[in-house]
Amino acid sequence: MTVIVSKEKVHSRFTAKVQRLADQNLLACYQCGKCSAGCPLAAYMDIPPAQMIRLAQLGMEQELLDSEAIWLCVSCMTCNTRCPKGVRIAELFESMRQVKLRARQDHLRVADVAAEELQAIPPIALIGSMRKLTS
Amino acid sequence: MKLSYFPGCTLKNHARNFEDSTLYAMERLGVEAVELDRWNCCGTVYSLSADDLMRRVAPIRNLIRAKEAGNRQLMTGCSMCYNTIKRANIHVRHSAPDLALMNAFMYEEPVDYAGDVDVVHVLEVVRDQIGFQALREKVVKPLAGLKVACYYGCLLVRPKEAAFDDAENPTVLEDLVEALGGEPVAFSHKTECCAAYQTVDKPHIVADKTYQIIGAAQSQGADTVLVSCPLCAFNLDQRQALTRQTYGDFRTLPVVYFTQLMAIALGGPESVLRLDLHHTPAAPLLSAKGLL
Repeated sequence: MTVIVSKEKVHSRFTAKVQRLADQNLLACYQCGKCSAGCPLAAYMDIPPAQMIRLAQLGMEQELLDSEAIWLCVSCMTCNTRCPKGVRIAELFESMRQVKLRARQDHLRVADVAAEELQAIPPIALIGSMRKLTS
Repeated sequence: MKLSYFPGCTLKNHARNFEDSTLYAMERLGVEAVELDRWNCCGTVYSLSADDLMRRVAPIRNLIRAKEAGNRQLMTGCSMCYNTIKRANIHVRHSAPDLALMNAFMYEEPVDYAGDVDVVHVLEVVRDQIGFQALREKVVKPLAGLKVACYYGCLLVRPKEAAFDDAENPTVLEDLVEALGGEPVAFSHKTECCAAYQTVDKPHIVADKTYQIIGAAQSQGADTVLVSCPLCAFNLDQRQALTRQTYGDFRTLPVVYFTQLMAIALGGPESVLRLDLHHTPAAPLLSAKGLL
Protein backbone atom coordinates (compact mmCIF):
# COMPACT_ATOMS: atom_id res chain seq x y z
CA MET A 1 0.00 0.00 0.00
CA THR A 2 1.32 3.47 -0.91
CA VAL A 3 0.82 5.94 1.89
CA ILE A 4 1.40 9.65 1.46
CA VAL A 5 2.06 11.37 4.74
CA SER A 6 1.15 15.03 5.14
CA LYS A 7 1.07 17.53 7.97
CA GLU A 8 -2.64 18.05 7.38
CA LYS A 9 -3.46 14.39 7.84
CA VAL A 10 -1.27 13.98 10.92
CA HIS A 11 -3.09 16.86 12.58
CA SER A 12 -6.49 15.81 11.26
CA ARG A 13 -9.63 15.90 13.32
CA PHE A 14 -10.02 12.20 12.57
CA THR A 15 -7.00 11.29 14.69
CA ALA A 16 -8.27 13.46 17.52
CA LYS A 17 -11.72 11.88 17.28
CA VAL A 18 -10.36 8.33 17.37
CA GLN A 19 -8.25 9.17 20.43
CA ARG A 20 -11.19 10.79 22.17
CA LEU A 21 -13.64 7.96 21.48
CA ALA A 22 -11.10 5.38 22.62
CA ASP A 23 -9.72 7.53 25.45
CA GLN A 24 -6.23 6.54 24.24
CA ASN A 25 -3.01 8.27 23.27
CA LEU A 26 -2.00 6.95 19.86
CA LEU A 27 1.54 8.28 20.18
CA ALA A 28 2.22 5.95 23.10
CA CYS A 29 2.59 3.14 20.54
CA TYR A 30 6.22 2.53 19.50
CA GLN A 31 5.39 -0.14 16.92
CA CYS A 32 6.80 -3.24 18.62
CA GLY A 33 4.23 -5.38 16.79
CA LYS A 34 3.24 -7.51 19.78
CA CYS A 35 -0.46 -6.85 19.11
CA SER A 36 -0.20 -8.17 15.55
CA ALA A 37 1.83 -11.17 16.72
CA GLY A 38 -0.78 -12.35 19.21
CA CYS A 39 -3.99 -11.32 17.44
CA PRO A 40 -6.13 -14.40 16.70
CA LEU A 41 -7.80 -12.59 13.79
CA ALA A 42 -4.71 -10.92 12.28
CA ALA A 43 -4.39 -13.67 9.66
CA TYR A 44 -7.73 -12.54 8.21
CA MET A 45 -7.09 -8.81 8.37
CA ASP A 46 -6.06 -6.75 5.34
CA ILE A 47 -4.06 -4.49 7.68
CA PRO A 48 -2.67 -6.03 10.90
CA PRO A 49 -3.29 -4.25 14.24
CA ALA A 50 0.12 -2.57 14.69
CA GLN A 51 -0.07 -1.12 11.18
CA MET A 52 -3.60 0.10 11.88
CA ILE A 53 -2.27 2.02 14.87
CA ARG A 54 0.58 3.47 12.77
CA LEU A 55 -1.90 4.59 10.10
CA ALA A 56 -4.04 6.16 12.80
CA GLN A 57 -1.03 8.08 14.14
CA LEU A 58 -0.57 9.44 10.63
CA GLY A 59 -4.24 10.35 10.20
CA MET A 60 -4.92 7.95 7.32
CA GLU A 61 -8.67 8.15 7.68
CA GLN A 62 -9.73 6.62 4.37
CA GLU A 63 -7.35 3.66 4.54
CA LEU A 64 -8.54 2.84 8.05
CA LEU A 65 -12.27 3.29 7.52
CA ASP A 66 -12.19 1.28 4.28
CA SER A 67 -10.29 -1.59 5.92
CA GLU A 68 -11.81 -4.98 6.61
CA ALA A 69 -9.69 -5.20 9.75
CA ILE A 70 -11.91 -2.90 11.84
CA TRP A 71 -14.79 -5.36 11.43
CA LEU A 72 -12.74 -8.48 12.17
CA CYS A 73 -11.56 -7.48 15.65
CA VAL A 74 -13.86 -9.13 18.24
CA SER A 75 -12.40 -7.31 21.27
CA CYS A 76 -10.83 -10.47 22.69
CA MET A 77 -8.34 -8.17 24.43
CA THR A 78 -5.25 -10.27 23.77
CA CYS A 79 -3.49 -7.18 22.34
CA ASN A 80 -4.50 -4.95 25.25
CA THR A 81 -3.28 -7.51 27.77
CA ARG A 82 0.13 -7.82 26.11
CA CYS A 83 0.88 -4.25 24.99
CA PRO A 84 4.07 -3.13 26.78
CA LYS A 85 2.94 0.51 26.57
CA GLY A 86 -0.54 -0.10 27.92
CA VAL A 87 -2.18 1.04 24.70
CA ARG A 88 -5.71 -0.29 24.42
CA ILE A 89 -5.71 -1.37 20.80
CA ALA A 90 -9.18 -2.94 21.00
CA GLU A 91 -10.62 0.41 22.10
CA LEU A 92 -8.95 2.08 19.10
CA PHE A 93 -10.49 -0.48 16.73
CA GLU A 94 -13.86 0.11 18.36
CA SER A 95 -13.50 3.88 17.92
CA MET A 96 -12.90 3.41 14.19
CA ARG A 97 -15.94 1.14 13.91
CA GLN A 98 -17.89 3.79 15.76
CA VAL A 99 -16.88 6.49 13.28
CA LYS A 100 -18.51 4.35 10.57
CA LEU A 101 -21.52 3.21 12.60
CA ARG A 102 -22.33 6.71 13.85
CA ALA A 103 -22.58 7.70 10.19
CA ARG A 104 -25.03 4.78 9.78
CA GLN A 105 -22.64 2.74 7.67
CA ASP A 106 -23.42 -0.77 8.89
CA HIS A 107 -21.21 -3.74 8.18
CA LEU A 108 -23.57 -6.64 8.92
CA ARG A 109 -26.81 -7.21 7.08
CA VAL A 110 -28.84 -9.57 9.22
CA ALA A 111 -31.19 -10.16 6.28
CA ASP A 112 -28.29 -11.88 4.51
CA VAL A 113 -27.95 -14.52 7.21
CA ALA A 114 -29.83 -17.72 6.31
CA ALA A 115 -32.99 -18.38 8.29
CA GLU A 116 -31.81 -21.77 9.59
CA GLU A 117 -28.56 -20.14 10.76
CA LEU A 118 -30.53 -17.50 12.65
CA GLN A 119 -32.38 -20.32 14.41
CA ALA A 120 -29.21 -22.19 15.28
CA ILE A 121 -27.00 -19.29 16.38
CA PRO A 122 -27.36 -18.45 20.09
CA PRO A 123 -28.78 -14.99 20.97
CA ILE A 124 -25.52 -13.81 22.54
CA ALA A 125 -23.80 -14.14 19.15
CA LEU A 126 -26.59 -12.34 17.31
CA ILE A 127 -26.80 -9.50 19.80
CA GLY A 128 -23.02 -9.25 20.01
CA SER A 129 -22.61 -9.01 16.26
CA MET A 130 -25.43 -6.51 15.88
CA ARG A 131 -23.96 -4.32 18.61
CA LYS A 132 -20.50 -4.39 17.07
CA LEU A 133 -21.35 -4.37 13.38
CA THR A 134 -24.57 -2.37 13.04
CA SER A 135 -25.71 1.07 14.14
CA MET B 1 -25.14 -18.86 51.25
CA LYS B 2 -27.64 -16.79 49.30
CA LEU B 3 -26.97 -14.65 46.24
CA SER B 4 -28.75 -13.21 43.23
CA TYR B 5 -28.45 -15.13 39.99
CA PHE B 6 -28.43 -13.64 36.49
CA PRO B 7 -29.00 -16.35 33.84
CA GLY B 8 -28.84 -14.22 30.68
CA CYS B 9 -30.62 -14.96 27.42
CA THR B 10 -28.74 -17.96 26.12
CA LEU B 11 -28.90 -20.07 29.29
CA LYS B 12 -32.69 -19.93 28.94
CA ASN B 13 -32.76 -21.49 25.48
CA HIS B 14 -29.73 -22.78 23.54
CA ALA B 15 -27.72 -23.50 26.69
CA ARG B 16 -30.22 -25.15 29.01
CA ASN B 17 -27.54 -27.78 29.62
CA PHE B 18 -25.46 -25.00 31.20
CA GLU B 19 -28.25 -23.53 33.32
CA ASP B 20 -29.77 -26.79 34.58
CA SER B 21 -26.40 -28.23 35.56
CA THR B 22 -25.34 -24.95 37.19
CA LEU B 23 -28.43 -24.73 39.36
CA TYR B 24 -28.15 -28.39 40.36
CA ALA B 25 -24.47 -28.03 41.33
CA MET B 26 -25.10 -24.83 43.27
CA GLU B 27 -27.91 -26.43 45.23
CA ARG B 28 -25.76 -29.45 46.10
CA LEU B 29 -23.04 -27.08 47.31
CA GLY B 30 -25.43 -25.18 49.56
CA VAL B 31 -25.63 -22.03 47.44
CA GLU B 32 -29.08 -20.53 47.18
CA ALA B 33 -29.01 -18.86 43.76
CA VAL B 34 -32.12 -16.70 43.46
CA GLU B 35 -32.88 -15.66 39.91
CA LEU B 36 -33.47 -11.93 39.54
CA ASP B 37 -37.04 -11.04 38.81
CA ARG B 38 -37.35 -8.68 35.83
CA TRP B 39 -33.77 -9.14 34.64
CA ASN B 40 -32.90 -7.65 31.28
CA CYS B 41 -30.28 -8.37 28.63
CA CYS B 42 -26.78 -7.40 29.74
CA GLY B 43 -25.92 -6.21 26.23
CA THR B 44 -23.58 -9.21 25.66
CA VAL B 45 -20.58 -7.11 24.58
CA TYR B 46 -19.13 -4.29 26.63
CA SER B 47 -18.99 -1.01 24.78
CA LEU B 48 -15.41 0.23 24.44
CA SER B 49 -16.30 3.79 23.48
CA ALA B 50 -15.44 6.31 26.17
CA ASP B 51 -18.66 8.28 25.65
CA ASP B 52 -21.08 5.37 25.36
CA LEU B 53 -22.81 5.36 28.75
CA MET B 54 -26.13 4.28 27.29
CA ARG B 55 -24.93 0.73 26.73
CA ARG B 56 -23.83 0.49 30.36
CA VAL B 57 -27.32 1.22 31.66
CA ALA B 58 -28.66 -2.31 31.09
CA PRO B 59 -25.98 -4.06 33.19
CA ILE B 60 -26.39 -1.50 35.98
CA ARG B 61 -30.16 -2.04 36.01
CA ASN B 62 -29.52 -5.71 36.74
CA LEU B 63 -27.29 -4.71 39.64
CA ILE B 64 -30.12 -2.54 40.97
CA ARG B 65 -32.40 -5.60 40.79
CA ALA B 66 -29.89 -7.56 42.91
CA LYS B 67 -29.76 -4.71 45.39
CA GLU B 68 -33.56 -4.64 45.55
CA ALA B 69 -33.53 -8.37 46.28
CA GLY B 70 -31.29 -7.61 49.26
CA ASN B 71 -28.22 -9.36 47.91
CA ARG B 72 -24.67 -8.06 47.78
CA GLN B 73 -23.59 -10.50 45.06
CA LEU B 74 -24.84 -11.12 41.54
CA MET B 75 -23.70 -14.46 40.13
CA THR B 76 -23.56 -15.36 36.44
CA GLY B 77 -22.51 -18.53 34.65
CA CYS B 78 -22.29 -17.11 31.14
CA SER B 79 -18.84 -15.60 30.55
CA MET B 80 -20.24 -12.88 28.30
CA CYS B 81 -22.77 -11.70 30.88
CA TYR B 82 -20.09 -11.90 33.55
CA ASN B 83 -17.66 -9.76 31.58
CA THR B 84 -20.21 -7.16 30.48
CA ILE B 85 -21.81 -6.63 33.88
CA LYS B 86 -18.51 -6.77 35.75
CA ARG B 87 -16.93 -4.13 33.52
CA ALA B 88 -19.92 -1.81 33.77
CA ASN B 89 -19.63 -2.21 37.53
CA ILE B 90 -15.91 -1.39 37.47
CA HIS B 91 -16.63 1.65 35.32
CA VAL B 92 -19.20 3.19 37.66
CA ARG B 93 -17.12 2.36 40.73
CA HIS B 94 -14.31 4.43 39.24
CA SER B 95 -16.39 7.28 37.84
CA ALA B 96 -18.69 9.05 40.29
CA PRO B 97 -19.90 11.58 37.67
CA ASP B 98 -20.91 8.84 35.24
CA LEU B 99 -22.66 6.90 37.99
CA ALA B 100 -24.57 10.03 39.03
CA LEU B 101 -25.58 10.64 35.41
CA MET B 102 -26.80 7.06 35.00
CA ASN B 103 -28.74 7.13 38.26
CA ALA B 104 -30.37 10.39 37.14
CA PHE B 105 -31.28 8.76 33.84
CA MET B 106 -32.87 5.82 35.70
CA TYR B 107 -34.83 8.12 37.99
CA GLU B 108 -37.83 5.79 37.97
CA GLU B 109 -35.83 3.09 39.75
CA PRO B 110 -36.77 2.93 43.44
CA VAL B 111 -33.12 2.83 44.57
CA ASP B 112 -29.94 4.42 43.28
CA TYR B 113 -27.00 2.25 42.43
CA ALA B 114 -23.88 2.98 44.46
CA GLY B 115 -21.45 0.35 43.18
CA ASP B 116 -22.51 -1.77 46.12
CA VAL B 117 -23.10 -5.15 44.44
CA ASP B 118 -20.27 -7.52 43.51
CA VAL B 119 -20.42 -9.40 40.20
CA VAL B 120 -19.19 -12.97 40.62
CA HIS B 121 -18.84 -15.90 38.26
CA VAL B 122 -19.92 -19.42 39.27
CA LEU B 123 -16.27 -20.49 39.17
CA GLU B 124 -15.29 -17.70 41.56
CA VAL B 125 -18.02 -18.74 43.99
CA VAL B 126 -16.78 -22.34 43.88
CA ARG B 127 -13.11 -21.42 44.26
CA ASP B 128 -13.32 -18.55 46.75
CA GLN B 129 -16.49 -19.09 48.75
CA ILE B 130 -16.97 -22.86 48.78
CA GLY B 131 -13.38 -23.96 48.22
CA PHE B 132 -12.04 -26.87 46.20
CA GLN B 133 -11.44 -28.92 49.37
CA ALA B 134 -15.10 -28.67 50.40
CA LEU B 135 -16.09 -29.50 46.81
CA ARG B 136 -13.82 -32.56 46.80
CA GLU B 137 -15.53 -33.84 49.91
CA LYS B 138 -18.93 -33.72 48.20
CA VAL B 139 -17.86 -35.66 45.11
CA VAL B 140 -19.72 -38.98 44.91
CA LYS B 141 -18.77 -39.95 41.36
CA PRO B 142 -15.16 -38.94 40.63
CA LEU B 143 -14.34 -38.25 36.98
CA ALA B 144 -11.73 -41.03 37.06
CA GLY B 145 -9.79 -41.39 33.84
CA LEU B 146 -11.47 -38.43 32.11
CA LYS B 147 -8.88 -36.31 30.34
CA VAL B 148 -10.08 -32.74 30.07
CA ALA B 149 -8.74 -29.77 28.08
CA CYS B 150 -9.89 -26.67 29.97
CA TYR B 151 -10.84 -23.83 27.63
CA TYR B 152 -11.17 -20.34 29.11
CA GLY B 153 -11.60 -18.31 25.95
CA CYS B 154 -11.36 -14.56 26.43
CA LEU B 155 -13.93 -13.22 28.79
CA LEU B 156 -13.01 -14.91 32.06
CA VAL B 157 -9.41 -13.74 31.86
CA ARG B 158 -9.39 -10.49 29.87
CA PRO B 159 -9.20 -7.60 30.41
CA LYS B 160 -7.05 -7.96 33.53
CA GLU B 161 -9.21 -5.69 35.67
CA ALA B 162 -12.26 -7.91 35.10
CA ALA B 163 -10.43 -11.23 35.36
CA PHE B 164 -10.35 -13.59 38.33
CA ASP B 165 -7.34 -15.57 37.17
CA ASP B 166 -4.09 -15.08 35.25
CA ALA B 167 -4.58 -13.70 31.74
CA GLU B 168 -2.01 -15.96 30.07
CA ASN B 169 -2.06 -19.12 32.15
CA PRO B 170 -5.21 -19.42 34.24
CA THR B 171 -5.64 -22.57 36.35
CA VAL B 172 -9.05 -22.35 38.06
CA LEU B 173 -10.71 -24.80 35.65
CA GLU B 174 -7.83 -27.28 35.96
CA ASP B 175 -8.07 -27.03 39.75
CA LEU B 176 -11.81 -27.67 39.48
CA VAL B 177 -11.37 -30.73 37.27
CA GLU B 178 -8.76 -32.08 39.66
CA ALA B 179 -11.11 -31.58 42.61
CA LEU B 180 -13.76 -33.53 40.71
CA GLY B 181 -11.33 -36.42 40.23
CA GLY B 182 -10.61 -35.82 36.54
CA GLU B 183 -7.31 -35.31 34.73
CA PRO B 184 -6.69 -31.87 33.23
CA VAL B 185 -4.27 -31.96 30.30
CA ALA B 186 -1.78 -29.25 29.31
CA PHE B 187 -3.56 -27.11 26.74
CA SER B 188 -1.75 -24.59 24.54
CA HIS B 189 -4.97 -22.99 23.26
CA LYS B 190 -6.76 -22.46 26.56
CA THR B 191 -7.08 -18.69 26.17
CA GLU B 192 -7.09 -18.49 22.37
CA CYS B 193 -10.18 -16.65 21.08
CA CYS B 194 -12.74 -18.78 19.17
CA ALA B 195 -13.63 -15.74 16.96
CA ALA B 196 -16.80 -15.14 18.98
CA TYR B 197 -19.69 -13.49 17.13
CA GLN B 198 -17.91 -13.72 13.76
CA THR B 199 -19.82 -17.00 13.72
CA VAL B 200 -22.81 -15.00 12.43
CA ASP B 201 -21.46 -13.81 9.10
CA LYS B 202 -17.97 -15.31 8.86
CA PRO B 203 -18.42 -18.90 10.11
CA HIS B 204 -15.44 -20.08 8.03
CA ILE B 205 -13.14 -18.18 10.42
CA VAL B 206 -14.75 -19.97 13.35
CA ALA B 207 -14.24 -23.30 11.57
CA ASP B 208 -10.51 -22.53 11.29
CA LYS B 209 -10.34 -21.62 14.97
CA THR B 210 -12.28 -24.72 16.00
CA TYR B 211 -9.93 -26.87 13.94
CA GLN B 212 -6.93 -25.34 15.73
CA ILE B 213 -8.39 -25.37 19.25
CA ILE B 214 -9.95 -28.85 19.14
CA GLY B 215 -6.84 -30.14 17.36
CA ALA B 216 -4.60 -28.78 20.12
CA ALA B 217 -6.77 -30.52 22.74
CA GLN B 218 -6.64 -33.80 20.82
CA SER B 219 -2.85 -33.60 20.48
CA GLN B 220 -2.71 -33.71 24.29
CA GLY B 221 -4.96 -36.77 24.42
CA ALA B 222 -8.01 -34.91 25.74
CA ASP B 223 -11.36 -36.75 25.79
CA THR B 224 -13.31 -33.52 25.89
CA VAL B 225 -12.99 -29.73 25.88
CA LEU B 226 -14.44 -27.95 28.90
CA VAL B 227 -16.04 -24.52 28.41
CA SER B 228 -17.70 -21.79 30.47
CA CYS B 229 -19.23 -19.67 27.71
CA PRO B 230 -22.28 -20.53 25.57
CA LEU B 231 -20.75 -18.78 22.54
CA CYS B 232 -17.49 -20.72 22.87
CA ALA B 233 -19.66 -23.85 23.25
CA PHE B 234 -21.55 -23.08 20.05
CA ASN B 235 -18.39 -22.31 18.10
CA LEU B 236 -16.42 -25.29 19.37
CA ASP B 237 -19.32 -27.78 19.27
CA GLN B 238 -22.01 -26.83 16.71
CA ARG B 239 -19.42 -25.42 14.30
CA GLN B 240 -17.69 -28.83 14.23
CA ALA B 241 -20.08 -29.63 11.36
CA LEU B 242 -18.59 -26.84 9.23
CA THR B 243 -15.09 -27.68 10.47
CA ARG B 244 -15.49 -31.24 9.24
CA GLN B 245 -16.68 -30.01 5.85
CA THR B 246 -13.69 -27.67 5.63
CA TYR B 247 -10.95 -29.97 6.92
CA GLY B 248 -10.92 -33.58 5.74
CA ASP B 249 -8.69 -34.70 8.61
CA PHE B 250 -10.77 -33.10 11.39
CA ARG B 251 -11.91 -35.48 14.13
CA THR B 252 -14.88 -34.44 16.25
CA LEU B 253 -14.61 -34.13 20.04
CA PRO B 254 -17.35 -33.63 22.65
CA VAL B 255 -17.53 -30.21 24.31
CA VAL B 256 -19.02 -29.91 27.81
CA TYR B 257 -19.72 -27.15 30.32
CA PHE B 258 -17.74 -27.23 33.55
CA THR B 259 -21.03 -27.30 35.44
CA GLN B 260 -22.08 -30.50 33.65
CA LEU B 261 -18.96 -32.22 35.00
CA MET B 262 -19.70 -30.76 38.44
CA ALA B 263 -23.28 -32.09 38.29
CA ILE B 264 -22.04 -35.56 37.28
CA ALA B 265 -19.41 -35.69 40.01
CA LEU B 266 -21.90 -34.47 42.61
CA GLY B 267 -24.25 -37.34 41.74
CA GLY B 268 -26.75 -35.42 39.64
CA PRO B 269 -29.41 -37.09 37.51
CA GLU B 270 -28.84 -37.28 33.76
CA SER B 271 -31.83 -34.98 33.21
CA VAL B 272 -29.89 -31.92 34.46
CA LEU B 273 -27.14 -32.51 31.90
CA ARG B 274 -29.44 -32.00 28.88
CA LEU B 275 -27.08 -34.02 26.70
CA ASP B 276 -29.61 -33.74 23.88
CA LEU B 277 -28.39 -30.18 23.22
CA HIS B 278 -24.89 -31.20 22.14
CA HIS B 279 -23.91 -31.37 18.50
CA THR B 280 -21.06 -33.82 18.93
CA PRO B 281 -22.61 -36.32 21.34
CA ALA B 282 -21.07 -36.35 24.82
CA ALA B 283 -23.12 -39.29 26.11
CA PRO B 284 -21.01 -42.08 24.49
CA LEU B 285 -17.83 -40.70 26.08
CA LEU B 286 -19.43 -40.23 29.49
CA SER B 287 -20.96 -43.73 29.36
CA ALA B 288 -17.64 -45.28 28.36
CA LYS B 289 -16.04 -43.64 31.40
CA GLY B 290 -18.81 -44.96 33.65
CA LEU B 291 -20.11 -41.47 34.38
CA LEU B 292 -23.73 -41.84 33.23
